[in-house]
Amino acid sequence: MSMKTSTRQVDGVTIVDCSGRITLGEGSVILRDTVRELLSKGQKKILLNLGDVTYIDSSGIGELVSAFTTVRNQGGELKLLNLTKKVHDLLQITKLYTVFDVRDDEASAVKSFN
Amino acid sequence: MRCFGSRGFGFAGLVHRHFAMTELRVSYTLDSTLETVDNAEQTASRIAAESGFDEDVVMQISMAVREAAVNAVLHGNAYDPEKKVKLEFERTGNDLVITIRDQGKGLDLAKIPDPLAPENLLKTSGRGIFLIRSFMDEVQIHPSQTGTEIKLVKHVHGPSGDVKEASQ
Repeated sequence: MSMKTSTRQVDGVTIVDCSGRITLGEGSVILRDTVRELLSKGQKKILLNLGDVTYIDSSGIGELVSAFTTVRNQGGELKLLNLTKKVHDLLQITKLYTVFDVRDDEASAVKSFN
Repeated sequence: MRCFGSRGFGFAGLVHRHFAMTELRVSYTLDSTLETVDNAEQTASRIAAESGFDEDVVMQISMAVREAAVNAVLHGNAYDPEKKVKLEFERTGNDLVITIRDQGKGLDLAKIPDPLAPENLLKTSGRGIFLIRSFMDEVQIHPSQTGTEIKLVKHVHGPSGDVKEASQ
């Protein structure tokens, strides 16, 4: 299943619904382009909904880190929503779980943005 | 992402393959492409499942193979069409052993940073070998001037009891 993203606005926060695989190649590129496009439009409060992400590899993890630092360097915030167990475990073993702001409820996640 | 399932293995250069009740030995010679990475992952997933590992372990094995294939294709062979990746699966009664060889300049293990070190946490790469070591029971890396060989071992009957009865 290819990586797909769709975006929606909720109370000034851009929620990016991601599905499929975030892996080396197409999946990572789609995520990168999506975040860059949002930043270019001044949308710097980004909530990545990973609930339908079925697979992520080390390149995908790197892309999440890149998105996180890129948004932060431009004065924005990027948070993660609805991690699957697989993605949760990957972020745990790579010690990234505490780096990211990880949420499991969309409404409270949206409110958590400054 | 593209699916290659309908094309069978989708690999060039099938060298040897035979199945016994519990034993398996199969090897492939592969091009240095992203398609190889996806196919290696899918084949590892299938063979691991056929070997009786449960779903979580199948995922670990397929991810380890994917990461090793990425290293071989990108960092070893650097997408060079003249260079090949050799992928071999061997199942004995006790282990699933997977070997991936590239024809690159040889991985410099000393240059691989610890991805868990605080100063490296926000780096965007360098987690592949770490994930491989995390997911497999044994990992042997043999770099040489003619390429790198990485051998991955998963015990069929691990101490955690994470393996189902092997399907026959």
